[in-house]
Amino acid sequence: MKKLQSINSNTMLLLITVALFIAMYAGGCIAYGAKGFTHLQTFLNILITNSGLICVACGLTVVMLTAGIDISVGSLVAMDCMMLAVGMRSGIGAAQMCLLVLLVGVIFGLVQGFLIGYLQIQPFIVTMAGMFFGRGMTAVICTDQVSITQDINQAFYNWANAKIIIPFGGYTNNKGKYMAPFVRVEVIIALAVLLLIFLMLRYTRFGRSLYAIGGSEQSAAMMGLNVKQTKMKAYMLSSVLTSIGGICYCLNTMAGSVQQATGLEMDAISSAVIGGTLLTGGVGNVLGTFVGVLINGTISSIVKTNGKLASSWPNILTAALLFVFIVIQSLFAAMRTKKK
Amino acid sequence: MNLNENKFWKKIKNWPLLLPVVALILVMAVNILHDLAQGSNPFSFFMITLNQTTSSGTILYGRIIDILNRGSEVAILALGMTLVVSSSAGTDISVGSVMSLSASFCCMLLAGYGVANTTELAVPLIVGVLAAFAMGTLCGAFNGTLVAYFGIQPMVATLILFSAARAIGLLLCNNLIVYVRNSAFGVFGAFTGPLPTPIIIAAICIAIVALVLKNTSLGMYIQSVGINAKASRIAGLNSKKIIFLTYVICGFFAGVAGLVNSSRITSADSNNIGLYYEMDAILAVALGGNSLGGGKFNLAGSVIGAYTIQAITTTLYALGVSTDQAPVYKAIIVIIIVAIQSAPLKAYFRKRSNIKETGTKEAARA
Repeated sequence: MKKLQSINSNTMLLLITVALFIAMYAGGCIAYGAKGFTHLQTFLNILITNSGLICVACGLTVVMLTAGIDISVGSLVAMDCMMLAVGMRSGIGAAQMCLLVLLVGVIFGLVQGFLIGYLQIQPFIVTMAGMFFGRGMTAVICTDQVSITQDINQAFYNWANAKIIIPFGGYTNNKGKYMAPFVRVEVIIALAVLLLIFLMLRYTRFGRSLYAIGGSEQSAAMMGLNVKQTKMKAYMLSSVLTSIGGICYCLNTMAGSVQQATGLEMDAISSAVIGGTLLTGGVGNVLGTFVGVLINGTISSIVKTNGKLASSWPNILTAALLFVFIVIQSLFAAMRTKKK
Repeated sequence: MNLNENKFWKKIKNWPLLLPVVALILVMAVNILHDLAQGSNPFSFFMITLNQTTSSGTILYGRIIDILNRGSEVAILALGMTLVVSSSAGTDISVGSVMSLSASFCCMLLAGYGVANTTELAVPLIVGVLAAFAMGTLCGAFNGTLVAYFGIQPMVATLILFSAARAIGLLLCNNLIVYVRNSAFGVFGAFTGPLPTPIIIAAICIAIVALVLKNTSLGMYIQSVGINAKASRIAGLNSKKIIFLTYVICGFFAGVAGLVNSSRITSADSNNIGLYYEMDAILAVALGGNSLGGGKFNLAGSVIGAYTIQAITTTLYALGVSTDQAPVYKAIIVIIIVAIQSAPLKAYFRKRSNIKETGTKEAARA
């Protein structure tokens, strides 16, 4: 009995999410087993295509813990990709460009965080302006689609094509050749980011103040936490993680274009919400967000494997899932206030 | 004398339309300067002429007419957005997508499902028009239910349709751009007599909302709910219903704007109709001197704000900024406007002016 009580509504949400993911993936395996859905590589491919999203969603979770939101992430990723592509085309080294992108992320987050933390402007308005600024800046840098080829930058090309072979779980294809499952560099980066943010939220002073501020800003201020500064740092961290995500995204797409990563903010927010992060702040966990990203990835993977469904279906399904989870959250919140 | 001057300045300072009017004057000044620099008539911005065209007969022509014409959709959206901001202290970011969905639904009905290009209407025009309005209203009701009855933050609730509406529109149109090249349908985006129809539609919408707000107590109710929903409920207002209603109105106007926009291009281009319009509508509300924190609103400010934005856009294009790059400047303008309105900065300026006043008083005493 005691054990049942300790499972509160937040853990419940996470459990629903995990169950949903397993059910979905199993459904995919049963329906498209013949098309190779059961191979380990299908799962790894979800990780590879969504590595950028994992980083971005981690950043968004941090911001959402403070009851804020950051919708500038999609266009910041587009700007990062364009900067990388154009910078490397003009002959700057890959490592330098990556550092520059991170620096831009810091500045971008600093400005947004200052406006939100110190000038107390609504996060949504500030980051919406950031979203349009980023998208517009991408067009200012270059309006064409710029691909990163082997001639442009050998080092970046090598990073993008490095295969990290996993020793188990391979299969023999119909030509009798053994296909070893592999991941790419960006997956390692994304998982490292995930682990670091998980540890940071759980064990550092900064991580705990984020939860405190999200729970109640007033109480946090009374406890002596520096609310303004913590908020600013949260937005900076979000933009930096988004920039790391942008590099991962670029490693995956090897191109920069104005229309890249449109709607990524929506995917990231829905991943966090589906993963049990409350929009009202104070509750959430990056591991839940990770499962949320996997659910998103599974939806698009199933739609892609099917091949007949229209390309707008993943969008609609994600929005529908988001709708369901938001309503469940509000019902839980209503139940909690009633209990009190 | 000095006292009178001070009073005059105070009156101007507290004038609710100060911000939009100053912005509009600035834009006009930039236009005049640009014309001077180009060596053309400095007042060509204000010139309105009657032009003969082969397609639509005698029409009014001029940059102001163009701004009024192109700014119609944002002005229509800004009406609904003002009410939403006032009642719920949040913004409806789905209006652009809802515009697209309404337009897609309308064109899909007019052309018949799966038809990509038609000159004949499959159903009477009025069905398509009403369908666009109905779809907008339905989306508004969806948003309103989430915000008012489930207590979800407005921006997050409307995020669902922000992403899904465009995708549903694409699905309705079978992933095609549906062209309805029919003059009866095209009239909403073209000319009625010498005047562009969008201007007339916008004027009708503005007039209806203004009349309703003036002759009923709805406006006061909305403001009181926005200032304090709980107190309004205790005072006997159905706060939830009023918030719900504002979202429905906002959705309806998104439908109207969608119809105008798709008629303008005589097609339903789901991916591009209403793109970034939510930003313009919110910007119009903020530029109109309305607080984004809800409560009191000023409809005239929002409408002037909407046309100011169109004037800014047109001016940016005239200065040679491309469509893709224009958001950069708009984003900077939004940030400057909301930063001026932010509480800490206001407090800082008040403190400074107080110091100044006491300083002069002390100097006078000495």
